[in-house]
Amino acid sequence: MSAPATRAITFAPHRVAAMVLRYLYLLRSSWPRVLELIYWPTMQLFVWGFLQLYISQNAGFFARAGGMFIGAVLLWDILFRGQLGFSVSFLEEMWARNLGNLMISPLRPIEFVAALMIMSIVRLAIGMVPVSLMAIALFGFNIYGMGFALAAFFANLILTSWSVGILVSGILLRNGMGAESLAWTLMFVLLPLTCVYYPVGTLPPWLQVVAWALPPTYVFEGMRALVMDHVFRADLMAQALGLNAVYFCAAVIAFLQLLKSARRQGSLLQSGE
Amino acid sequence: MPVEPAIAVDQLVKVYGATRAVDGISFALAPGSITGLLGGNGAGKTTTIAMILGLVMPSSGSAKVLGAEMPRQRYQVLHRMNFESPYVDMPHRLTVRQNLKVFGRLYAVEQLGARIADIAAQLELGDFLDRPTGKLSAGQKTRVALAKALINRPDVLLLDEPTASLDPDTADWVRSRLERFREQHGATVLLASHNMSEVERLCERVIMMKNGRIEDDDTPRRLLTRYGRQTLEEVFLDVARGRGEAREAAQ
Repeated sequence: MSAPATRAITFAPHRVAAMVLRYLYLLRSSWPRVLELIYWPTMQLFVWGFLQLYISQNAGFFARAGGMFIGAVLLWDILFRGQLGFSVSFLEEMWARNLGNLMISPLRPIEFVAALMIMSIVRLAIGMVPVSLMAIALFGFNIYGMGFALAAFFANLILTSWSVGILVSGILLRNGMGAESLAWTLMFVLLPLTCVYYPVGTLPPWLQVVAWALPPTYVFEGMRALVMDHVFRADLMAQALGLNAVYFCAAVIAFLQLLKSARRQGSLLQSGE
Repeated sequence: MPVEPAIAVDQLVKVYGATRAVDGISFALAPGSITGLLGGNGAGKTTTIAMILGLVMPSSGSAKVLGAEMPRQRYQVLHRMNFESPYVDMPHRLTVRQNLKVFGRLYAVEQLGARIADIAAQLELGDFLDRPTGKLSAGQKTRVALAKALINRPDVLLLDEPTASLDPDTADWVRSRLERFREQHGATVLLASHNMSEVERLCERVIMMKNGRIEDDDTPRRLLTRYGRQTLEEVFLDVARGRGEAREAAQ
Protein backbone atom coordinates (compact mmCIF):
# COMPACT_ATOMS: atom_id res chain seq x y z
CA MET A 1 0.00 0.00 0.00
CA SER A 2 1.36 3.48 -0.86
CA ALA A 3 2.45 5.82 1.94
CA PRO A 4 -0.35 8.36 1.35
CA ALA A 5 -2.97 5.61 1.33
CA THR A 6 -1.57 4.18 4.57
CA ARG A 7 -1.61 7.62 6.14
CA ALA A 8 -5.26 8.08 5.17
CA ILE A 9 -6.40 5.01 7.09
CA THR A 10 -4.01 5.34 10.03
CA PHE A 11 -5.40 5.12 13.54
CA ALA A 12 -2.94 6.91 15.80
CA PRO A 13 -3.22 6.24 19.55
CA HIS A 14 -1.21 9.42 20.26
CA ARG A 15 -3.99 11.55 18.76
CA VAL A 16 -6.62 9.69 20.81
CA ALA A 17 -4.44 10.27 23.88
CA ALA A 18 -4.16 13.99 23.02
CA MET A 19 -7.95 14.31 22.98
CA VAL A 20 -8.34 12.37 26.22
CA LEU A 21 -5.74 14.66 27.77
CA ARG A 22 -7.74 17.68 26.58
CA TYR A 23 -10.88 16.40 28.37
CA LEU A 24 -8.97 15.47 31.52
CA TYR A 25 -7.52 18.98 31.64
CA LEU A 26 -11.06 20.30 31.35
CA LEU A 27 -12.40 18.12 34.17
CA ARG A 28 -9.45 19.03 36.35
CA SER A 29 -10.06 22.72 35.82
CA SER A 30 -13.74 22.64 36.75
CA TRP A 31 -14.98 21.09 40.00
CA PRO A 32 -18.68 21.80 39.17
CA ARG A 33 -18.29 19.52 36.14
CA VAL A 34 -17.00 16.73 38.40
CA LEU A 35 -19.69 17.35 41.03
CA GLU A 36 -22.39 17.17 38.38
CA LEU A 37 -21.15 13.70 37.42
CA ILE A 38 -21.85 12.41 40.95
CA TYR A 39 -24.85 14.53 41.90
CA TRP A 40 -27.67 13.01 39.80
CA PRO A 41 -26.69 9.34 40.20
CA THR A 42 -26.62 9.94 43.97
CA MET A 43 -30.10 11.51 43.95
CA GLN A 44 -31.42 8.61 41.87
CA LEU A 45 -29.91 6.12 44.28
CA PHE A 46 -31.55 7.77 47.30
CA VAL A 47 -35.02 7.95 45.71
CA TRP A 48 -35.07 4.37 44.42
CA GLY A 49 -33.15 2.96 47.36
CA PHE A 50 -35.62 4.29 49.92
CA LEU A 51 -38.58 3.30 47.75
CA GLN A 52 -37.21 -0.22 47.57
CA LEU A 53 -36.68 -0.22 51.33
CA TYR A 54 -40.27 0.88 51.93
CA ILE A 55 -42.00 -1.63 49.67
CA SER A 56 -39.77 -4.50 50.71
CA GLN A 57 -41.03 -3.98 54.26
CA ASN A 58 -44.64 -4.10 53.07
CA ALA A 59 -44.82 -6.71 50.31
CA GLY A 60 -43.56 -10.29 50.25
CA PHE A 61 -42.70 -10.26 46.54
CA PHE A 62 -40.45 -7.24 46.84
CA ALA A 63 -38.85 -8.60 49.98
CA ARG A 64 -37.74 -11.51 47.78
CA ALA A 65 -36.58 -9.14 45.05
CA GLY A 66 -34.19 -7.26 47.29
CA GLY A 67 -32.03 -4.88 45.28
CA MET A 68 -34.05 -5.11 42.06
CA PHE A 69 -34.81 -1.40 41.91
CA ILE A 70 -31.36 -0.35 43.03
CA GLY A 71 -29.81 -2.71 40.49
CA ALA A 72 -32.10 -1.28 37.82
CA VAL A 73 -31.28 2.31 38.67
CA LEU A 74 -27.53 1.64 38.70
CA LEU A 75 -27.66 -0.16 35.34
CA TRP A 76 -29.89 2.56 33.87
CA ASP A 77 -27.33 5.11 34.97
CA ILE A 78 -24.60 3.18 33.14
CA LEU A 79 -26.71 3.46 29.99
CA PHE A 80 -27.75 7.08 30.46
CA ARG A 81 -24.52 8.47 31.91
CA GLY A 82 -22.45 6.55 29.37
CA GLN A 83 -24.25 8.32 26.53
CA LEU A 84 -24.17 11.65 28.34
CA GLY A 85 -20.43 11.27 29.01
CA PHE A 86 -19.88 10.74 25.29
CA SER A 87 -22.20 13.51 24.11
CA VAL A 88 -21.17 16.13 26.67
CA SER A 89 -17.49 15.70 25.77
CA PHE A 90 -18.49 16.28 22.16
CA LEU A 91 -20.64 19.26 23.12
CA GLU A 92 -17.67 20.77 24.97
CA GLU A 93 -16.02 21.23 21.55
CA MET A 94 -19.07 23.00 20.20
CA TRP A 95 -19.45 25.20 23.29
CA ALA A 96 -15.75 26.09 23.03
CA ARG A 97 -16.03 26.74 19.24
CA ASN A 98 -13.07 24.40 18.89
CA LEU A 99 -14.54 22.02 16.33
CA GLY A 100 -13.00 23.91 13.40
CA ASN A 101 -9.53 23.56 14.93
CA LEU A 102 -10.02 19.82 15.38
CA MET A 103 -11.46 19.27 11.93
CA ILE A 104 -8.48 20.87 10.20
CA SER A 105 -6.02 18.93 12.37
CA PRO A 106 -4.80 15.42 11.46
CA LEU A 107 -7.32 13.96 13.95
CA ARG A 108 -9.43 11.29 12.19
CA PRO A 109 -13.17 11.04 12.97
CA ILE A 110 -12.69 7.51 14.24
CA GLU A 111 -9.93 8.69 16.62
CA PHE A 112 -12.22 11.46 17.84
CA VAL A 113 -14.95 8.87 18.49
CA ALA A 114 -12.44 6.61 20.30
CA ALA A 115 -11.44 9.50 22.59
CA LEU A 116 -15.10 10.24 23.33
CA MET A 117 -15.69 6.57 24.17
CA ILE A 118 -12.77 6.58 26.61
CA MET A 119 -14.07 9.79 28.19
CA SER A 120 -17.53 8.30 28.53
CA ILE A 121 -16.00 5.52 30.68
CA VAL A 122 -13.90 7.99 32.68
CA ARG A 123 -16.89 10.23 33.39
CA LEU A 124 -19.04 7.21 34.19
CA ALA A 125 -16.46 5.90 36.64
CA ILE A 126 -16.26 9.27 38.41
CA GLY A 127 -20.03 9.23 38.90
CA MET A 128 -20.81 5.56 39.40
CA VAL A 129 -18.02 4.21 41.57
CA PRO A 130 -18.87 6.45 44.58
CA VAL A 131 -22.60 5.82 44.07
CA SER A 132 -22.16 2.04 43.89
CA LEU A 133 -20.17 2.19 47.15
CA MET A 134 -22.99 4.25 48.70
CA ALA A 135 -25.47 1.55 47.61
CA ILE A 136 -23.45 -0.99 49.58
CA ALA A 137 -23.16 1.23 52.64
CA LEU A 138 -26.74 2.55 52.76
CA PHE A 139 -28.88 -0.20 51.25
CA GLY A 140 -26.69 -3.28 51.48
CA PHE A 141 -26.82 -3.72 47.70
CA ASN A 142 -23.47 -4.80 46.24
CA ILE A 143 -23.58 -4.49 42.47
CA TYR A 144 -20.05 -5.92 42.29
CA GLY A 145 -21.47 -9.11 43.78
CA MET A 146 -22.94 -9.77 40.31
CA GLY A 147 -19.40 -10.62 39.21
CA PHE A 148 -19.09 -11.69 35.56
CA ALA A 149 -22.74 -10.86 34.96
CA LEU A 150 -22.02 -7.22 35.80
CA ALA A 151 -19.23 -7.19 33.18
CA ALA A 152 -21.67 -8.55 30.59
CA PHE A 153 -24.37 -6.03 31.60
CA PHE A 154 -21.86 -3.19 31.54
CA ALA A 155 -20.42 -4.11 28.14
CA ASN A 156 -23.85 -4.27 26.53
CA LEU A 157 -25.13 -1.07 28.13
CA ILE A 158 -22.02 0.95 27.33
CA LEU A 159 -22.11 -0.24 23.72
CA THR A 160 -25.70 0.98 23.38
CA SER A 161 -24.82 4.27 25.06
CA TRP A 162 -21.96 4.80 22.59
CA SER A 163 -24.21 4.03 19.62
CA VAL A 164 -26.69 6.67 20.77
CA GLY A 165 -23.83 9.09 21.59
CA ILE A 166 -22.24 8.65 18.16
CA LEU A 167 -25.58 9.21 16.42
CA VAL A 168 -26.35 12.33 18.48
CA SER A 169 -22.86 13.73 17.78
CA GLY A 170 -23.39 13.23 14.06
CA ILE A 171 -26.72 15.06 14.24
CA LEU A 172 -25.04 17.90 16.18
CA LEU A 173 -22.30 18.15 13.54
CA ARG A 174 -24.85 18.32 10.79
CA ASN A 175 -27.46 20.55 12.45
CA GLY A 176 -25.47 22.58 14.98
CA MET A 177 -26.45 23.53 18.51
CA GLY A 178 -30.15 23.60 17.59
CA ALA A 179 -30.03 19.84 18.11
CA GLU A 180 -28.35 20.07 21.54
CA SER A 181 -31.48 19.01 23.44
CA LEU A 182 -31.28 15.61 21.73
CA ALA A 183 -28.09 14.93 23.66
CA TRP A 184 -29.96 15.33 26.94
CA THR A 185 -33.27 13.72 26.05
CA LEU A 186 -32.91 11.07 23.35
CA MET A 187 -31.97 8.33 25.79
CA PHE A 188 -35.23 8.80 27.71
CA VAL A 189 -37.10 7.20 24.80
CA LEU A 190 -35.43 3.98 25.92
CA LEU A 191 -36.52 4.31 29.55
CA PRO A 192 -40.07 2.94 29.09
CA LEU A 193 -39.26 0.79 26.07
CA THR A 194 -36.33 -1.14 27.54
CA CYS A 195 -38.34 -2.08 30.64
CA VAL A 196 -35.86 -0.80 33.19
CA TYR A 197 -38.16 -1.22 36.22
CA TYR A 198 -40.67 -3.88 35.06
CA PRO A 199 -40.65 -7.13 33.06
CA VAL A 200 -41.13 -7.03 29.28
CA GLY A 201 -44.36 -9.03 29.74
CA THR A 202 -45.93 -5.90 31.26
CA LEU A 203 -45.95 -4.19 27.84
CA PRO A 204 -48.71 -4.78 25.27
CA PRO A 205 -47.62 -7.43 22.71
CA TRP A 206 -46.93 -4.97 19.87
CA LEU A 207 -44.67 -2.90 22.12
CA GLN A 208 -42.84 -6.02 23.27
CA VAL A 209 -41.63 -6.43 19.67
CA VAL A 210 -40.11 -2.95 19.86
CA ALA A 211 -38.62 -3.67 23.30
CA TRP A 212 -36.90 -6.86 22.12
CA ALA A 213 -35.28 -4.88 19.29
CA LEU A 214 -33.39 -2.83 21.89
CA PRO A 215 -30.25 -4.33 23.52
CA PRO A 216 -30.80 -2.83 27.01
CA THR A 217 -34.09 -4.75 27.31
CA TYR A 218 -32.06 -7.97 27.39
CA VAL A 219 -29.79 -6.53 30.07
CA PHE A 220 -32.64 -5.48 32.37
CA GLU A 221 -34.41 -8.81 31.90
CA GLY A 222 -31.06 -10.50 32.63
CA MET A 223 -30.61 -8.40 35.75
CA ARG A 224 -34.07 -9.38 37.05
CA ALA A 225 -33.36 -13.05 36.34
CA LEU A 226 -30.14 -12.75 38.32
CA VAL A 227 -31.60 -10.86 41.27
CA MET A 228 -34.92 -12.76 41.50
CA ASP A 229 -34.02 -16.28 40.34
CA HIS A 230 -30.23 -16.23 40.77
CA VAL A 231 -29.78 -17.28 37.14
CA PHE A 232 -27.34 -15.68 34.68
CA ARG A 233 -29.00 -15.62 31.26
CA ALA A 234 -26.02 -15.84 28.88
CA ASP A 235 -28.43 -16.27 25.96
CA LEU A 236 -29.90 -12.82 26.62
CA MET A 237 -26.43 -11.27 26.78
CA ALA A 238 -25.39 -12.90 23.50
CA GLN A 239 -28.52 -11.59 21.76
CA ALA A 240 -27.91 -8.11 23.17
CA LEU A 241 -24.32 -8.22 21.95
CA GLY A 242 -25.47 -9.18 18.45
CA LEU A 243 -27.94 -6.30 18.35
CA ASN A 244 -25.32 -3.93 19.76
CA ALA A 245 -22.87 -4.86 17.01
CA VAL A 246 -25.49 -3.97 14.40
CA TYR A 247 -26.47 -0.67 16.08
CA PHE A 248 -22.87 0.36 16.71
CA CYS A 249 -21.88 -0.18 13.06
CA ALA A 250 -25.03 1.64 11.93
CA ALA A 251 -24.23 4.57 14.26
CA VAL A 252 -20.64 4.86 12.96
CA ILE A 253 -21.86 4.79 9.34
CA ALA A 254 -24.52 7.40 10.15
CA PHE A 255 -21.90 9.59 11.89
CA LEU A 256 -19.59 9.48 8.86
CA GLN A 257 -22.49 10.26 6.52
CA LEU A 258 -23.62 13.17 8.71
CA LEU A 259 -20.03 14.45 8.81
CA LYS A 260 -19.92 14.29 5.01
CA SER A 261 -23.22 16.11 4.87
CA ALA A 262 -21.85 18.77 7.28
CA ARG A 263 -18.94 19.31 4.88
CA ARG A 264 -21.38 19.78 2.02
CA GLN A 265 -23.55 22.06 4.16
CA GLY A 266 -20.57 24.08 5.41
CA SER A 267 -21.55 23.71 9.05
CA LEU A 268 -18.17 22.58 10.42
CA LEU A 269 -16.56 25.99 10.63
CA GLN A 270 -19.44 27.77 12.27
CA SER A 271 -21.10 25.31 14.59
CA GLY A 272 -23.68 27.60 16.15
CA GLU A 273 -27.43 27.28 16.08
CA MET B 1 10.53 21.23 -14.55
CA PRO B 2 7.71 23.53 -13.34
CA VAL B 3 7.27 23.80 -9.57
CA GLU B 4 3.97 22.40 -8.30
CA PRO B 5 1.81 25.10 -6.71
CA ALA B 6 1.37 24.89 -2.94
CA ILE B 7 -2.32 25.70 -3.42
CA ALA B 8 -4.12 25.16 -6.71
CA VAL B 9 -7.77 26.12 -7.06
CA ASP B 10 -9.48 25.26 -10.32
CA GLN B 11 -12.98 26.35 -11.33
CA LEU B 12 -14.05 26.09 -7.70
CA VAL B 13 -17.78 26.47 -7.04
CA LYS B 14 -19.80 26.33 -3.83
CA VAL B 15 -23.56 26.59 -3.99
CA TYR B 16 -25.78 26.88 -0.90
CA GLY B 17 -29.39 26.55 -2.05
CA ALA B 18 -29.91 29.37 -4.53
CA THR B 19 -26.72 31.21 -3.51
CA ARG B 20 -23.44 30.76 -5.36
CA ALA B 21 -21.06 31.59 -2.49
CA VAL B 22 -18.04 30.83 -4.68
CA ASP B 23 -18.56 30.97 -8.40
CA GLY B 24 -15.93 29.29 -10.53
CA ILE B 25 -12.68 30.75 -9.20
CA SER B 26 -9.20 29.60 -10.21
CA PHE B 27 -5.77 30.53 -8.91
CA ALA B 28 -2.46 28.89 -8.05
CA LEU B 29 -0.10 29.96 -5.28
CA ALA B 30 3.62 29.32 -5.61
CA PRO B 31 5.39 27.67 -2.66
CA GLY B 32 6.68 30.26 -0.21
CA SER B 33 4.40 33.01 -1.51
CA ILE B 34 2.12 35.19 0.58
CA THR B 35 -1.19 36.14 -0.98
CA GLY B 36 -4.04 38.28 0.22
CA LEU B 37 -7.64 37.37 -0.44
CA LEU B 38 -9.58 40.62 -0.38
CA GLY B 39 -13.28 41.17 -0.53
CA GLY B 40 -16.25 42.61 1.29
CA ASN B 41 -18.65 40.68 3.48
CA GLY B 42 -20.15 37.76 1.56
CA ALA B 43 -17.51 37.93 -1.16
CA GLY B 44 -16.70 34.24 -0.65
CA LYS B 45 -13.31 34.51 1.08
CA THR B 46 -14.10 32.35 4.11
CA THR B 47 -15.88 29.72 2.01
CA THR B 48 -12.87 29.58 -0.31
CA ILE B 49 -10.51 29.11 2.62
CA ALA B 50 -12.82 26.50 4.15
CA MET B 51 -12.78 24.53 0.89
CA ILE B 52 -8.97 24.73 0.74
CA LEU B 53 -8.88 23.43 4.33
CA GLY B 54 -11.25 20.58 3.48
CA LEU B 55 -13.90 21.83 5.90
CA VAL B 56 -16.39 22.47 3.11
CA MET B 57 -16.93 20.21 0.12
CA PRO B 58 -16.92 22.04 -3.22
CA SER B 59 -20.05 21.78 -5.37
CA SER B 60 -17.72 21.48 -8.36
CA GLY B 61 -14.16 22.22 -9.34
CA SER B 62 -11.15 21.36 -7.24
CA ALA B 63 -8.88 22.69 -4.50
CA LYS B 64 -5.48 21.06 -4.15
CA VAL B 65 -3.01 21.63 -1.34
CA LEU B 66 0.56 20.36 -1.79
CA GLY B 67 -0.80 18.12 -4.51
CA ALA B 68 -3.59 16.58 -2.41
CA GLU B 69 -7.20 17.07 -3.45
CA MET B 70 -9.33 18.53 -0.67
CA PRO B 71 -11.24 17.20 1.15
CA ARG B 72 -10.82 13.70 -0.37
CA GLN B 73 -7.07 13.39 0.28
CA ARG B 74 -6.88 15.75 3.23
CA TYR B 75 -5.13 13.36 5.61
CA GLN B 76 -2.10 13.33 3.32
CA VAL B 77 -1.47 17.01 4.02
CA LEU B 78 -3.36 18.22 7.11
CA HIS B 79 -0.28 17.67 9.29
CA ARG B 80 1.59 20.14 7.02
CA MET B 81 -1.10 22.82 7.20
CA ASN B 82 -2.62 25.06 9.84
CA PHE B 83 -5.20 27.77 10.22
CA GLU B 84 -6.08 30.73 12.36
CA SER B 85 -9.31 32.66 12.50
CA PRO B 86 -11.14 34.79 15.05
CA TYR B 87 -14.23 32.68 14.28
CA VAL B 88 -12.65 29.59 15.84
CA ASP B 89 -11.66 29.55 19.50
CA MET B 90 -9.31 27.58 21.68
CA PRO B 91 -10.86 25.79 24.69
CA HIS B 92 -11.27 28.55 27.27
CA ARG B 93 -10.77 26.59 30.48
CA LEU B 94 -7.48 25.06 29.40
CA THR B 95 -4.35 27.05 30.05
CA VAL B 96 -2.32 28.26 27.10
CA ARG B 97 0.32 25.60 27.77
CA GLN B 98 -2.32 22.84 27.98
CA ASN B 99 -3.88 23.94 24.69
CA LEU B 100 -0.51 24.00 22.96
CA LYS B 101 0.29 20.56 24.40
CA VAL B 102 -2.96 19.10 23.08
CA PHE B 103 -2.57 20.57 19.60
CA GLY B 104 1.14 19.77 19.53
CA ARG B 105 0.30 16.13 20.20
CA LEU B 106 -2.44 16.11 17.58
CA TYR B 107 0.14 17.32 15.05
CA ALA B 108 2.78 14.89 16.40
CA VAL B 109 5.24 17.73 17.04
CA GLU B 110 8.59 16.32 18.10
CA GLN B 111 10.23 17.63 21.28
CA LEU B 112 6.99 19.36 22.13
CA GLY B 113 8.15 20.91 25.40
CA ALA B 114 11.02 22.66 23.62
CA ARG B 115 8.75 23.71 20.75
CA ILE B 116 6.24 25.26 23.19
CA ALA B 117 9.06 27.10 24.97
CA ASP B 118 10.40 28.30 21.62
CA ILE B 119 7.07 29.53 20.31
CA ALA B 120 6.21 31.10 23.67
CA ALA B 121 9.43 33.09 23.45
CA GLN B 122 8.81 34.13 19.84
CA LEU B 123 5.24 35.23 20.47
CA GLU B 124 5.91 36.52 23.99
CA LEU B 125 3.43 34.19 25.69
CA GLY B 126 5.63 33.54 28.73
CA ASP B 127 3.68 35.74 31.13
CA PHE B 128 0.40 33.94 30.58
CA LEU B 129 1.45 30.47 29.51
CA ASP B 130 -0.18 28.95 32.60
CA ARG B 131 -3.31 31.09 32.63
CA PRO B 132 -6.69 29.86 31.31
CA THR B 133 -7.03 30.89 27.67
CA GLY B 134 -10.51 32.30 28.27
CA LYS B 135 -9.16 34.85 30.76
CA LEU B 136 -6.81 36.51 28.30
CA SER B 137 -7.34 39.79 26.46
CA ALA B 138 -8.29 39.76 22.77
CA GLY B 139 -4.71 40.52 21.77
CA GLN B 140 -3.30 37.76 23.96
CA LYS B 141 -5.88 35.29 22.60
CA THR B 142 -4.86 36.15 19.04
CA ARG B 143 -1.23 35.47 19.93
CA VAL B 144 -2.23 32.11 21.42
CA ALA B 145 -4.26 31.25 18.31
CA LEU B 146 -1.24 32.18 16.22
CA ALA B 147 0.96 29.97 18.41
CA LYS B 148 -1.44 27.08 17.78
CA ALA B 149 -1.36 27.82 14.04
CA LEU B 150 2.45 27.76 14.00
CA ILE B 151 3.01 24.89 16.45
CA ASN B 152 3.59 22.34 13.66
CA ARG B 153 5.72 24.72 11.52
CA PRO B 154 3.17 24.47 8.69
CA ASP B 155 4.18 24.52 5.03
CA VAL B 156 0.79 26.03 4.22
CA LEU B 157 -0.79 28.57 6.56
CA LEU B 158 -4.29 29.91 6.06
CA LEU B 159 -5.35 32.97 7.98
CA ASP B 160 -8.87 34.35 8.06
CA GLU B 161 -8.76 37.94 9.26
CA PRO B 162 -5.94 37.28 11.74
CA THR B 163 -5.96 40.81 13.14
CA ALA B 164 -9.70 41.44 13.30
CA SER B 165 -10.72 43.24 16.53
CA LEU B 166 -7.11 44.01 17.50
CA ASP B 167 -5.80 47.47 18.26
CA PRO B 168 -3.37 48.85 15.64
CA ASP B 169 -0.31 48.24 17.77
CA THR B 170 -1.12 44.59 18.50
CA ALA B 171 -2.18 44.02 14.89
CA ASP B 172 1.16 45.39 13.71
CA TRP B 173 2.97 43.12 16.17
CA VAL B 174 1.08 40.07 14.84
CA ARG B 175 1.95 41.02 11.25
CA SER B 176 5.64 41.28 12.08
CA ARG B 177 5.60 37.79 13.61
CA LEU B 178 3.84 36.39 10.55
CA GLU B 179 6.44 37.99 8.29
CA ARG B 180 9.21 36.52 10.40
CA PHE B 181 7.69 33.03 10.34
CA ARG B 182 7.35 33.10 6.56
CA GLU B 183 10.89 34.30 6.09
CA GLN B 184 12.29 31.62 8.40
CA HIS B 185 10.20 28.67 7.19
CA GLY B 186 9.36 29.54 3.60
CA ALA B 187 5.72 28.74 4.24
CA THR B 188 2.97 29.51 1.75
CA VAL B 189 0.49 31.91 3.31
CA LEU B 190 -3.02 32.74 2.16
CA LEU B 191 -4.53 35.59 4.11
CA ALA B 192 -8.17 36.66 3.94
CA SER B 193 -8.63 40.16 5.24
CA HIS B 194 -10.69 43.34 5.21
CA ASN B 195 -7.63 45.26 6.29
CA MET B 196 -6.07 46.88 3.23
CA SER B 197 -2.93 48.18 4.91
CA GLU B 198 -2.30 44.69 6.27
CA VAL B 199 -2.57 43.17 2.81
CA GLU B 200 -0.46 45.96 1.31
CA ARG B 201 2.27 45.38 3.86
CA LEU B 202 2.34 41.58 3.93
CA CYS B 203 1.26 40.32 0.54
CA GLU B 204 3.12 40.07 -2.71
CA ARG B 205 -0.07 39.22 -4.55
CA VAL B 206 -3.69 40.21 -4.05
CA ILE B 207 -6.76 38.33 -5.20
CA MET B 208 -9.86 40.50 -5.06
CA MET B 209 -13.20 38.75 -4.73
CA LYS B 210 -16.73 39.99 -5.15
CA ASN B 211 -19.96 37.98 -5.19
CA GLY B 212 -18.01 34.71 -5.19
CA ARG B 213 -15.89 35.64 -8.20
CA ILE B 214 -12.35 36.88 -8.67
CA GLU B 215 -12.57 40.48 -9.83
CA ASP B 216 -8.85 41.07 -10.03
CA ASP B 217 -5.57 39.33 -9.28
CA ASP B 218 -2.23 41.11 -9.31
CA THR B 219 0.62 42.48 -7.21
CA PRO B 220 -0.32 45.39 -4.92
CA ARG B 221 1.95 47.74 -6.86
CA ARG B 222 0.47 46.86 -10.25
CA LEU B 223 -3.07 47.12 -8.89
CA LEU B 224 -2.33 50.65 -7.66
CA THR B 225 -0.87 51.60 -11.03
CA ARG B 226 -3.63 50.04 -13.10
CA TYR B 227 -6.41 51.62 -11.05
CA GLY B 228 -4.52 54.91 -10.72
CA ARG B 229 -4.95 54.89 -6.96
CA GLN B 230 -2.76 55.69 -3.96
CA THR B 231 -3.93 52.93 -1.65
CA LEU B 232 -5.35 49.43 -1.91
CA GLU B 233 -8.38 50.67 0.01
CA GLU B 234 -9.26 52.92 -2.91
CA VAL B 235 -8.73 50.03 -5.32
CA PHE B 236 -10.92 47.85 -3.12
CA LEU B 237 -13.69 50.46 -3.19
CA ASP B 238 -13.41 50.74 -6.98
CA VAL B 239 -13.76 46.98 -7.30
CA ALA B 240 -16.51 46.74 -4.69
CA ARG B 241 -18.55 49.49 -6.39
CA GLY B 242 -17.90 48.19 -9.88
CA ARG B 243 -15.86 51.20 -10.99
CA GLY B 244 -12.72 49.23 -11.71
CA GLU B 245 -13.38 48.34 -15.32
CA ALA B 246 -14.50 51.86 -16.22
CA ARG B 247 -11.43 53.42 -14.65
CA GLU B 248 -9.07 50.99 -16.37
CA ALA B 249 -10.80 51.55 -19.68
CA ALA B 250 -10.50 55.32 -19.28
CA GLN B 251 -6.81 55.00 -18.57
